[in-house]
Amino acid sequence: MNQKSYFQPEDLKKFGNITEFQEAMGTKFFDYYNEVFREGALTAREKALIALAVAHTVQCPYCIDAYTSDCLAKGSDEEQMMEAVHVSAAIRAGASLVNSVMMMNQVKQVAM
Amino acid sequence: MSIRQATKSLQSRHNPLAETMFQLDVLNHPSTGASEFKSFTTSLREAGVNHLKPLKLDTLQVNVGRLCNQSCAHCHVDAGPDRTEIMTKAVLEYCLEAIDRFNIPTVDITGGAPELNPHFRWFVKECHELGCHIMDRCNLTIIVSNPKYADLPQFFAAHEIELMCSLPHYSSIRTDHQRGAGVFDDSIKALKMLNAVGYGKENSNLELNLIQNPSGAFLPGDQSGLELEFKRQLKRKYDIDFNRLYSITNLPINRFLEYLIESGNYESYMQTLIEAFNPATIDQLMCRNMISVGWNGYLYDCDFNQMLELKVASAKNHIRDFDEVALSERNIVVNQHCYGCTAGAGSSCGGNLI
Repeated sequence: MNQKSYFQPEDLKKFGNITEFQEAMGTKFFDYYNEVFREGALTAREKALIALAVAHTVQCPYCIDAYTSDCLAKGSDEEQMMEAVHVSAAIRAGASLVNSVMMMNQVKQVAM
Repeated sequence: MSIRQATKSLQSRHNPLAETMFQLDVLNHPSTGASEFKSFTTSLREAGVNHLKPLKLDTLQVNVGRLCNQSCAHCHVDAGPDRTEIMTKAVLEYCLEAIDRFNIPTVDITGGAPELNPHFRWFVKECHELGCHIMDRCNLTIIVSNPKYADLPQFFAAHEIELMCSLPHYSSIRTDHQRGAGVFDDSIKALKMLNAVGYGKENSNLELNLIQNPSGAFLPGDQSGLELEFKRQLKRKYDIDFNRLYSITNLPINRFLEYLIESGNYESYMQTLIEAFNPATIDQLMCRNMISVGWNGYLYDCDFNQMLELKVASAKNHIRDFDEVALSERNIVVNQHCYGCTAGAGSSCGGNLI
């Protein structure tokens, strides 16, 4: 184990142990979590791709680790997974850029 | 014959893993510093099973040789163009005698590429005459590898063979990484040829099933979800139809074991299999309803045991002495690789178990 890193890949397997300190809330969370990822109006494969994209937005290494394997297991390929990450990146970039309209408005308001 | 190689056989590379005793040693002893893997027999015992016993025999799986036109990176047989082990006509005749005498309903022909055995078509015709259900585990590319195999689709159809065709993914990158450059394109051509003679088409009794196995160190996803996605993508991109998709877990044997060790995934993969042990799969394990015959006529509980040279635990362990009664009393031979068949939804040559 690398003692110099806060992130330990082995900890991913211990995720379920969060109920140790707060059982009721932890159990409710996992029930909800499992329900969310069940096959529904969206397929489990599509949900895994969304999870992968969001994992990159929230920059959670555990989630990226878990959902990379999950996407592969559910039949997605590299191209699809990278496109999902680009969706995440595009929304991030867009979220910055769309606010530039405010900057532009302000420039037009105050500048000659 | 066109050859598609992702790698060469362990045997031709003189890799130590080509020795089955060495493989068994690896499977039973994690690398230095790691704690011992929980033994498969312990997991069985905890599930209330002291000895795994056979149920009704319904399939004779015949591995007609290790010769193959492909050398896939994950091959549990270590098959390839450089392998010379081929089942002789004499051994195939013993198989026919056993099928006939004990009314075994299904013969499941595997390899290597089974169609490369020079007696393949004769054997199929004889099985057809006996009226048994015939399955062929076809790698697809053999059909387009040489003009002399181009009529295989018609031959399969004439003998009502159920096809179990390997295709790990509907994308070329995932498929070719595992099976060799160009395999995906050739597989698509072969699937179109099979569709053209009625295989996999609606209102046809010619069954075309795909065998999918993960192209890496992870377990297969939900089989029904994968089937839907494969159907959607293969139809959309190539207008290909098929009946069922079966997901098979990669067992840590031969070249997949080599891949796991070399990629640093061996221990985590074994641990994943062990943690996913599912007692509900035990009643459905394929070793309980089948006997596997090796190229030289020896009998095994499954094709994986065959590759590890773990013969059936019976005095009558050769096809020439085939005795269903004696075999029904045996204990099925298990080892650490068996975790591959009991993980999650379970795995067999026919896909998920539960």
